[in-house]
Amino acid sequence: MAVKGLDIFKLTPKSNCKECGFPTCMAFSMKAATGAVPIEKCPHISDESKELLSEATAPPMKTIKVGSGDAERTLGGETVLFRHEKTLVSKNLFAIELSDAMSDAEVAAACDKLKKVNYDRIGEMMFVEIVGVRFAADQAKFVALVKKVTECGKIPMIITTDAEAAKAAVAVAGTGAIIMGATKDNAAAMVEVAKAADAVLGVSADSIDALHDLVESIEKLGYKKLVLNVGETSIKEAYANAVDIRTAAIKGSDRTFGYPSVVFTNKLAPGDINMQIALASAFVLRYGSIIVMEEMDFNAALPLFGLRQNIFTDPQKPMRVEPKIYEFNKPTGKDPVLVTVDFALTYFVVAGEIERSKVPAYLAIPDAGGYSVLTSWAAGKFGSTVIANFVKENNIADLTTSRKLILPGKVAVLQGDLAELLPEWEIVVGPTEAMQIPKFLRDLQA
Amino acid sequence: MPYKRTEQKFNGKINVCEIGAGDAAISIGGEKTLPFLGDEGFKTAVGIAISDAPEDWADCFKTIYGDDLKNPAAFAKAAVEKSGADFILVKLASADPNGADNSVENCVATAVAVEAAVEVPVVIEGCKNAEKDAKLLEAVAKALENKNVVLFSAVEDNYKTIGAAGAMAYGQKVSAESAVDINLAKQLNILLTQLGVKSQDIVMDVGSAAAGYGFEYVASTMDRIRLAGLGQNDESLQMPIITDVSSDSWSVKESVFTEAEAPEWGNLEARGIGMEVTTAAACVVGGSNAIIVRHPESAKTIKSMIAGLIG
Ligand code: B12
Ligand code: SF4
Repeated sequence: MAVKGLDIFKLTPKSNCKECGFPTCMAFSMKAATGAVPIEKCPHISDESKELLSEATAPPMKTIKVGSGDAERTLGGETVLFRHEKTLVSKNLFAIELSDAMSDAEVAAACDKLKKVNYDRIGEMMFVEIVGVRFAADQAKFVALVKKVTECGKIPMIITTDAEAAKAAVAVAGTGAIIMGATKDNAAAMVEVAKAADAVLGVSADSIDALHDLVESIEKLGYKKLVLNVGETSIKEAYANAVDIRTAAIKGSDRTFGYPSVVFTNKLAPGDINMQIALASAFVLRYGSIIVMEEMDFNAALPLFGLRQNIFTDPQKPMRVEPKIYEFNKPTGKDPVLVTVDFALTYFVVAGEIERSKVPAYLAIPDAGGYSVLTSWAAGKFGSTVIANFVKENNIADLTTSRKLILPGKVAVLQGDLAELLPEWEIVVGPTEAMQIPKFLRDLQA
Repeated sequence: MPYKRTEQKFNGKINVCEIGAGDAAISIGGEKTLPFLGDEGFKTAVGIAISDAPEDWADCFKTIYGDDLKNPAAFAKAAVEKSGADFILVKLASADPNGADNSVENCVATAVAVEAAVEVPVVIEGCKNAEKDAKLLEAVAKALENKNVVLFSAVEDNYKTIGAAGAMAYGQKVSAESAVDINLAKQLNILLTQLGVKSQDIVMDVGSAAAGYGFEYVASTMDRIRLAGLGQNDESLQMPIITDVSSDSWSVKESVFTEAEAPEWGNLEARGIGMEVTTAAACVVGGSNAIIVRHPESAKTIKSMIAGLIG
């Protein structure tokens, strides 16, 4: 239930002592009601009242930490449903699933893939963060697998409803492991295991109503480090549940559902990797916090990690790089100059390709408003005058003896004007896509 | 306390738009909730793209279509058969004045042949040169009168011709294309309706980008457009959304680099499908009522995802 500023105000001594950092009790109360400052900041509100209020003023969705050390990640903590309203704070994590029913060879192959899919995309390392291990029959093997996963630096997700097995596994899983988990039949025992290990407990139920009841009863048992399974049997239900759970938390002030979610695409579309990719994509947009797949090879990773990186950028912060002249592959004063824009995505894509070419080169980036090539061109921020002025003002002609100025292929139309504005330069139209840059530069060099 | 669903109450409704004629007709739109949350059966149609100049398409398409690639009518038939798509998009790319500069007559003949070859609704795209597309799509509208095709798309620079000819003179549907911006989308819809095009005859192409390449703008644009149409009952944004992800998806390095160029990345065809499926699925949950892909496998996957979501 949402509290009003006035409700909080009534509980303060109204002395305006300023110890909370606010000029008046009223100002403090108003802020506290939005959840922006914790109620604890006022030392003069009684503990009893605080207890009552802290629940009501807590953020709509809990922030849950999973994993430990370098592998630690944060889930939840969202305050909006849509990224245009305010930044989404916790990107979803991807998981794959192993099991003690798999042969050693199958496990080894899966681990190889995990090691391979580990690459840089625009300054961010991309890899599968979580590995689920499902308990089938062989507890010793199951525990060993969980141990192996943990040692590989992945966040282990222990998938079993058997509290004994979970207990044995979590003992080798390090802090921040996920136990997947609790059902109506084992809740008390599972809470016990999770509590003792300080692990995150996954909660599963047959319907959204049953899930709500179960979360309530687990909270009553005193455990609130939870993640919620949106359902594994029907795509329709899993999707609707993911949306409804998040909507209840954010819009309905339903704290019971204020937890991150888990989606098993491998159960929703077993054996169908393209369908799992489609579902994973849908859940990146619509409220999947942990998205589990059967496997994650490059055909799934490249698009899905790219999509995630897009969706979880801060819409209030345009991603820009500093306008200036960048150097690649140790140029020596006789190398060509490429031109692009100051949009971070464009810069990183182009920079990566120039590096790959191993050809020494300069990259000139004028202030183009932080937009992509065509966007900035269409907005009038990346025209021939902008480029010519940048070349002149930065005395690029003194930097290199080469007189080749290479334009992005998408703005080939600028060639004529630029040739007039920069008569000493040879204006070369480059390829339209950055991936063609290596071949292009090598040909140019030849 | 027992769970109580937090209802997002909307009073707006997305228009229903029928495309195609006779037995082939399908309708898109009509939802009153955000995608796949209502009981009215949110309809997302899946389209397959073909082109009259597919020379630069990935090699896997040569394996899939063989010689049919050179004959648009055969290509269209094969594409629909192999994909099970609900409709087809034909790209008249050869018309590009900066490319092959194929004549309007030839391109119209292609459009007519494609329409005759398939039993699904047809969406016809020009070459993305505003001036040429105005002439081309006007002629296509005339030649395919009564077929209720979608002219893909009218932009700010040619909406008058395409709107007047397409929707008003020859009773076709017009797609209004804008560049990933809610205000531009709204403005073009208003301009078209002021011209006299009925809003039921308009679909919106609000733009797209491949996953990982500025898709956040696409996602937010779609969210905002849907919230305006449903939540604020903004009639100028209640047209169904049509999105073509086929070109963007197959032109980024993830789906272009050969296995020789990126040996660690594995099979190129699988990567292309992965990129296309990811991009398409994201658009579908964002609100696209008609989604267009290139690979038959992508079409099948998205169709079954939609079937799953509708349940
Ligand atoms: C996201 C987006 C936006 C975002 C901006 C995001 C940003 N920071 O740039 C927003 C929503 C703000 C936007 C706005 C506009 N946009 Co816009 N936008 C796009 C969109 C969807 C993706 C752009 C993107 O991020 N591309 C990815 C980057 C990496 O691509 P890139 O910079 O071109 O770089 C590639 C290549 O050019 C090459 N490359 C780059 N540098 C170099 C250098 C060399 C030497 C070489 C060889 C190669 C090379 O490598 C890169 C990868 O291959 C495109 C459509 C699309 N699908 O591409 C439209 C698009 C670019 N926008 C367009 C337009 C018209 C606009 C607006 C003018 C609309 C308007 N009237 O308001 C505004 C302008 C902004 C303003 N008024 O302030 C049009 C441009 C049309 C045209 N051909 O001129 C496009 C093509 C959409 C369309 N189909 O109409 N846009
Ligand atoms: S610390 Fe408490 S009593 Fe003092 S001003 Fe702040 S709210 Fe009022």
